[in-house]
Amino acid sequence: MKRILILGAGTAGTMMANHLVKKVNKNEWLITIVDQYEKHYYQPGFLFIPFGIYSEKDVIKEKTDLLPKGVEYIQASVELIEAEKKQVILGDAKTIPYDILIIATGCEIVPGEVEGVDQGWRKDIFDFYTIEGAVALRDKLKDWEGGKLVVHISEMPIKCPVAPLEFVFLADWFFREKKKNRKKVELCYVTPLDSAFTKQKCADVLSDYFPQKNIDLIKNFSVSHVDAESRKLVSLDDREVTYDLLVTIPVNMGSKLIARSDLGDDLNFVPTDKHTLQSKAYENIFVIGDATDIPASKAGSVAHFEAEILTDNILSYINNKPLTASFDGHANCFIESGYNKALLIDFNYEIEPVEGTFPLPGIGPFSLLKETRINHLGKLAFRHIYWNMLLKGIPIPTVSPDMKKSGKKLEGLAVDVQS
Amino acid sequence: MEKVIAGYSVDVTEEGYLTNKGQWNKEIAEAIAKEIGIDELTEGHWKVIEFIQKDLAKTEKMPTIRRVKNAGGIETKELYRLFPEGPLLKATKIAGLSKPVSCV
Repeated sequence: MKRILILGAGTAGTMMANHLVKKVNKNEWLITIVDQYEKHYYQPGFLFIPFGIYSEKDVIKEKTDLLPKGVEYIQASVELIEAEKKQVILGDAKTIPYDILIIATGCEIVPGEVEGVDQGWRKDIFDFYTIEGAVALRDKLKDWEGGKLVVHISEMPIKCPVAPLEFVFLADWFFREKKKNRKKVELCYVTPLDSAFTKQKCADVLSDYFPQKNIDLIKNFSVSHVDAESRKLVSLDDREVTYDLLVTIPVNMGSKLIARSDLGDDLNFVPTDKHTLQSKAYENIFVIGDATDIPASKAGSVAHFEAEILTDNILSYINNKPLTASFDGHANCFIESGYNKALLIDFNYEIEPVEGTFPLPGIGPFSLLKETRINHLGKLAFRHIYWNMLLKGIPIPTVSPDMKKSGKKLEGLAVDVQS
Repeated sequence: MEKVIAGYSVDVTEEGYLTNKGQWNKEIAEAIAKEIGIDELTEGHWKVIEFIQKDLAKTEKMPTIRRVKNAGGIETKELYRLFPEGPLLKATKIAGLSKPVSCV
């Protein structure tokens, strides 16, 4: 028997297991998936926990409930990938050989990368990128009397680049409508980018929200360190931003396993062909989701579209055929803007988010780059789609892995030639 | 579009980044530096510029600030002292390369 080994049973790994189990010849291939944790988290839901919209039960399931029959699941940590020997060594020193390896080890926050963060961690410095952080922040906000709340991005790239924006917009709504103490809260958004978001048209739309919602936007702020004692962020060019409560997005890095195995770049992301999803170093290693270094958003929607492409390419690889399926960088993200409204953006490597309708051209029901109530309902409905369709590898009708140009206002758009 | 820099006619983007790195030379670098507020390119500046050019050729990816520190051995604080505000935006422009874009 030959083996396809998947490392990581998060969003991307689980989807790959579900896709491949239906497609490969079981008499020839064994599919094994390894993950060290029991729980699967619906990570987009973490955003809602600090504001009491979701609780833990909405975002947690057992991994074993989400993996298909016919796939071997091993709950263990991974010590090392020995790419030359085509084998992986587990934490208990057991060796697993493979013919094809799929790296789906994701990314994680590393608070210690910014000096001083550890000193104030979970006292007046919080994150919402982990379940523990989101819950701790909910408890903090419950009794918080008000003051200056700063939302801060340490360094790009980060998982779900719109999440910090959503957080600050929801905070405005939360303090106004739920806590009724918005007057006692000063909101401030600090980013290393030169605008509110990485994509220009979208940044232009979102920039208007800051004065409307009375949120201070501080751009081009590259953090040097945090002074936890006097509660301030200090930039490399010696600017300072004080805070009473800091919600930081720590540096995001790939798994330390990637560094130990000498397969990553400076942030432990694996150099990957952005179209075929094959690793650049080894032809029998493929990479999907947040673990790659490709210039696409680190987001579940991206992993979902990648999974369809990667399944095709792995089947081609098995059959000694050229890898013809090509990922176009397609991402699709709801952006919660508070007050039960949201925007939706749909874009790829070449085409930035523009206005239009989605998924049906001219019909919708969702509006692109526009704030609507239906978009918000879509975001909430998405949790069910995630658990019941996305993870199981069931395609969403009318939503293809390739981004559709129909239904989008593309006139006069500069195409991003860099990517 | 075309622009004359230091007496050479070169192709640039609207923001003034060279589109053909074959047209780049050190005189052009010095002229661009002056234009964006760096009066003199010191040894420290050249170390950064040469690292970025070499690393891009090697990895086919524009290095990040983190990579300039880890692989280039240039402390980030120093990088900001040499090229204030957006160090990579400035250093790549002077180095005759395309503007680093945060894609995500």
